[in-house]
Amino acid sequence: MEQLVKLVPLFPLISFAIIGLLNRKLTKIHAAIFACTGVLLSFVDSIMIFIAQLNHGPVEVKIFDWIVAGDFSASLTFLCDHLSSIFLLVITGVGFLIHIFSVGYMMEDDGFRRFFAYLNLFIFFMLLLVLGNNFLVMFIGWEGVGFCSFMLIGFWFKEEANNNAAKKAFVMNRVGDLGFLIAMCLIFVAFGTLDFTKLFSGGLLASTSVSNEMMTIITLCLFVGAMGKSAQIPLYTWLPDAMAGPTPVSALIHAATMVTAGIYMVARTNFMFNMTPATLEFVAIIGALTALLGASIGLFQNDIKKVLAYSTVSQLGLMFLALGLGAYSAAVFHVVTHAFFKALLFLGSGSVIHSMGGEQDIRKMGGLKKHMPVTYMTFLIGTIAISGIPPLAGFFSKDQILAAAFEHNKLLFVLGMIVSLMTAFYMFRLLFLTFHGSFRGTHEQEHHLHESPFTMTFPLIVLAIFSVIAGFIGFPHALGEQMGIHNWFDDFLKTSVSSVHTEAHLSTELTMMGITTALILIVIFIARSIYVGKGAIPEDEKVERKGLQKLIYNKYYVDELYNALFTRPVDKLSAFFQNFMDNKIVDGIVNGLGKTTTKGGSYVRILQSGNINAYAILFILAITLLFLIILF
Amino acid sequence: MQEVISGIPLVNYIYISAALFGIGALGVMVRRNAIVLFMCIELMLNAVNLLLVAFSSYLGDTSGQVFVFFIMAVAAAEVAVGLAILIMIYRNANTTDTEVLNQLKW
Amino acid sequence: MLTLLLILIPFISSGLFFLIGKNIARPLAIVCSIIELVLALFVLNNYMSGHHDMLQMNLAWISSPGINFHIGIDGISMLMVLLTTILMPLIVYGSFNRNFENASTLYGLMFLMQGSIIGSFLAMDGFLFYLFWEIALIPIYFIILVWGGENRQKITFKFFLYTLFGSLFMLVALIYVYLQTPERSFDIQALYQAGRQMGLTEQAWVMSAIFLAFAIKMPIVPFHTWQPATYYTAPTPGVMMLSGVMSKMATYGMIRWILPMVPDAIQEYGYILIIISVISIIYASLISIVQKDFKYLIAFASIAHMGLIAAGIVAANTQSLQGSLIEMLSHGINTIGLFFVYDIIVLRTGTSEMKKLGGIRGIDSSFAFLFFIIVLSVVALPFTNGFVGEFLLIVGLFQSQPIAASFAGLSIILGVVYMFRSFQAMMLGETNSLTANLPRLNVQEKTILIIVVAMIITFGVYPKMILSITEESIKSLLQGIQ
Repeated sequence: MEQLVKLVPLFPLISFAIIGLLNRKLTKIHAAIFACTGVLLSFVDSIMIFIAQLNHGPVEVKIFDWIVAGDFSASLTFLCDHLSSIFLLVITGVGFLIHIFSVGYMMEDDGFRRFFAYLNLFIFFMLLLVLGNNFLVMFIGWEGVGFCSFMLIGFWFKEEANNNAAKKAFVMNRVGDLGFLIAMCLIFVAFGTLDFTKLFSGGLLASTSVSNEMMTIITLCLFVGAMGKSAQIPLYTWLPDAMAGPTPVSALIHAATMVTAGIYMVARTNFMFNMTPATLEFVAIIGALTALLGASIGLFQNDIKKVLAYSTVSQLGLMFLALGLGAYSAAVFHVVTHAFFKALLFLGSGSVIHSMGGEQDIRKMGGLKKHMPVTYMTFLIGTIAISGIPPLAGFFSKDQILAAAFEHNKLLFVLGMIVSLMTAFYMFRLLFLTFHGSFRGTHEQEHHLHESPFTMTFPLIVLAIFSVIAGFIGFPHALGEQMGIHNWFDDFLKTSVSSVHTEAHLSTELTMMGITTALILIVIFIARSIYVGKGAIPEDEKVERKGLQKLIYNKYYVDELYNALFTRPVDKLSAFFQNFMDNKIVDGIVNGLGKTTTKGGSYVRILQSGNINAYAILFILAITLLFLIILF
Repeated sequence: MQEVISGIPLVNYIYISAALFGIGALGVMVRRNAIVLFMCIELMLNAVNLLLVAFSSYLGDTSGQVFVFFIMAVAAAEVAVGLAILIMIYRNANTTDTEVLNQLKW
Repeated sequence: MLTLLLILIPFISSGLFFLIGKNIARPLAIVCSIIELVLALFVLNNYMSGHHDMLQMNLAWISSPGINFHIGIDGISMLMVLLTTILMPLIVYGSFNRNFENASTLYGLMFLMQGSIIGSFLAMDGFLFYLFWEIALIPIYFIILVWGGENRQKITFKFFLYTLFGSLFMLVALIYVYLQTPERSFDIQALYQAGRQMGLTEQAWVMSAIFLAFAIKMPIVPFHTWQPATYYTAPTPGVMMLSGVMSKMATYGMIRWILPMVPDAIQEYGYILIIISVISIIYASLISIVQKDFKYLIAFASIAHMGLIAAGIVAANTQSLQGSLIEMLSHGINTIGLFFVYDIIVLRTGTSEMKKLGGIRGIDSSFAFLFFIIVLSVVALPFTNGFVGEFLLIVGLFQSQPIAASFAGLSIILGVVYMFRSFQAMMLGETNSLTANLPRLNVQEKTILIIVVAMIITFGVYPKMILSITEESIKSLLQGIQ
């Protein structure tokens, strides 16, 4: 078991090293084989760990001492419990499928080997993140995935826009990381250790005398870290920009895995969050607002990837809503199902973009159904899954979150409802505009349309299957009790996260499900009548929009706001420091001292006139003065 | 000789040498001709000599007069060197005006 | 005896260079620097195996005022010596890509500098420390004056005068403490004893005076204005010596000559120094953002990092001191790497103005990759040496000044902004006429960058080997203070 855990991150690291070092000496096919095998081995390994975990407690594996200074010590230690084994499966499983997809998608690209090297490195860091047994190891993974994300967003580095997006992502993540860093400092000062096992199962947390305010600050700082990584208000604007990277990257990093790191972190430290209701409430509110914001912006986006990006922001918001309500297992459950259907949707969009020759604007698509049947079918399944129609995966996880919200706070529940309706609308809008109707692109593009190769459709099919069935592992409690199916997922996670049981009544739950589903179906019908029935196509960029629509279409002007609030003032301040403070004041004082000395010298030297008479006068005056002093 | 000197009260010697010294000092301060400066310096030296002789005579100690001889010898040497320098300066600069001869500064 | 050799070998090598012809200057320089490195590793081996007594040496020197030739090594000086000796071969090898006139004189001056810097690390006598401190200034003055860029007379004059001005305060403070010693001795233990018995106000004055000297040398805001121009005009080997090695004299000096000598003042007024240092971090980071020239950017980034080190030292706990030492090491390695990257770019394109460059990654991806690892270390990404130092510094600082530490933490954001901006401007994007035909790295350049990167990652993944060198010494240092 311990060996298995050690090996999981090792495989991708080795394949990264091989591809990175040999680079051009490998053929593309070999590079692809190495990369995929690395992740596949890790996936197999994860399955074995998972099976072993089914009736096994947490395992701790120490690799070596990393940073030791006085009473501070952080070793590179892995912790494998139920929570991390779930994440291992998702990361390596979805990761493997995306690797396969990328082989087809990136085949023509010049940086093929580089791409796979980064992907492997990303998987390595992500595994480190979920396996770490202390905050610091988690932080390694945390920063490492940020770095890989930077490299992959800016993968096509010749475009300035991509580089800017990559930099923006990294800087915003760093803002969150500062919160994480401060939280670590606080935890060390308060508890003297950063180890999860010592803190949580070791009972250090339970027996602590740390004040409630302190705990609140710690959890808030941790949450700031999660905000950065998981794109929550106010640090979400990097995620849509991050779509500048290749589509498989968006699927892997910016939908399925990295962005869920924040959820993992909160779930991992749930014992701390449970002690601070205030933070939890804050998390729930931020989550709900982010969900609403993301979904509303998604309504008017015309770039196929941007729609999915805002959808991810919104879904992540839902997960944080669940976390904030204490429904940790529901959040993790949604992470899992979301990983399937969002990866599926992104890869589907990748397939479309590939076929369209790089075009991403849905106004120029349409009618792709007949050209790309497999992509269409799988995309449709993904869309249904994310919209939350039973019995697909999204329905179960979303339902759990909504049920939890219904229990705690009716307002949050209503917000959640609105978000799922909006989700259904924009997803079906996307589906209809892309695949239905008639083709609106150029003739050349139409000629080029084709179904993607097998390496690309295979992952789509597998993901589609999981999007359909994955929901059943988390069957709703009330309904499940009636039917004799228990919520396996909740039980499995019980050892890792404290579950706040939501004991909804059967009738309430059934009514809720019914209403939700009915409403969603109505929304889908509306979308269909608009985009298929009337064949409406979103207006051109140049058309002046009005009122609320204008506000939403311009993404609430948040980017502009941040520019005005942070970017420009910092630049101004820097320029001010450089040009005025440094050159004029600080250096001015130094040079001023020098100049004063020189100036003083030039005044004194006037006395040295060279005139003998003047010297004599001085001489005599001085002597007289001396005499006078001595005499009196 | 002794009587001649001591016939005049000491205070008169002091007055006259003070006056001589003052004239010399004033001359050094205000005159611009280098030769006149020299003469003024000699005047000051001689004022001191006079005083030394007077005191030596009143106190009956001859060492004061020995000093005077030394001073006269040094003054003579000084005048010889100084005038030689002045002649060289005059040949080069064509003047002995100290207002003009102010190159030695800074 | 061994410690004396550590000082003597560079001085002897320095002398050799003034005797030999210029043909063999390069091989001789490499050989000398490697001999010194091997010796340092041998000393390290001795030190780690516990033969401490061999490493002490105390000779009577100028006995009437109580000045002894007392040198010795503990973990802290050991690390500093290692830093100097590891960097020296790299600096020498790095200078081979340019043809310096009178190269043998240049190397002679560089070794003179190395000798006196090592001397200051080993000195256990206040006077001796001051002596080496000042000697080190002379060769760098000439290096910049002779081989420097435009406007060098004025800049070196300012640099020389500024540092000398600071040292004067240190001398006065040292003499003041010396006068308090019962037996009139400059020995380090005697000075510690005398310093600790002084009243709080006296200690505060001594602290400020010595700190001023070190603050100028590091430098930190507001005593930094000599630095950017000096770095800019200095030739690459000179600036590497100056920022990679010489600035560490100051931070080392803080640990050796301030902390144990005036502990009460640090306890009481240390927060003022921490505030100055933190302001320095943010101020310099902000200025880095608007720099147009890569060398100026490195200079200001350097100020920011030195500020963090200084703050950590003043916080004076195990984590912050360990962090500061690791950070000194990594700052040395990283700046050498950065200045070498600068040198490579300037040699090829003739400019270091970042806007004029671009697209180099497309031409020479391995260069961009190696450069990027150095950048990552500067911005303190985990698994690079920069992270270990910065993390320990912030954790340590946090224990004494939480608010200041949080502000110091801002540097991890600002650092990304300026480092990534510069990387993006120089390496990414489309190529232009300047960079389109850039020659790829040659073997020498690649070797140096790979060594730098290898050190960055090794010390980042397994910092324990460095931490264990200094562990004992820091423990005893902190015990002495309390």
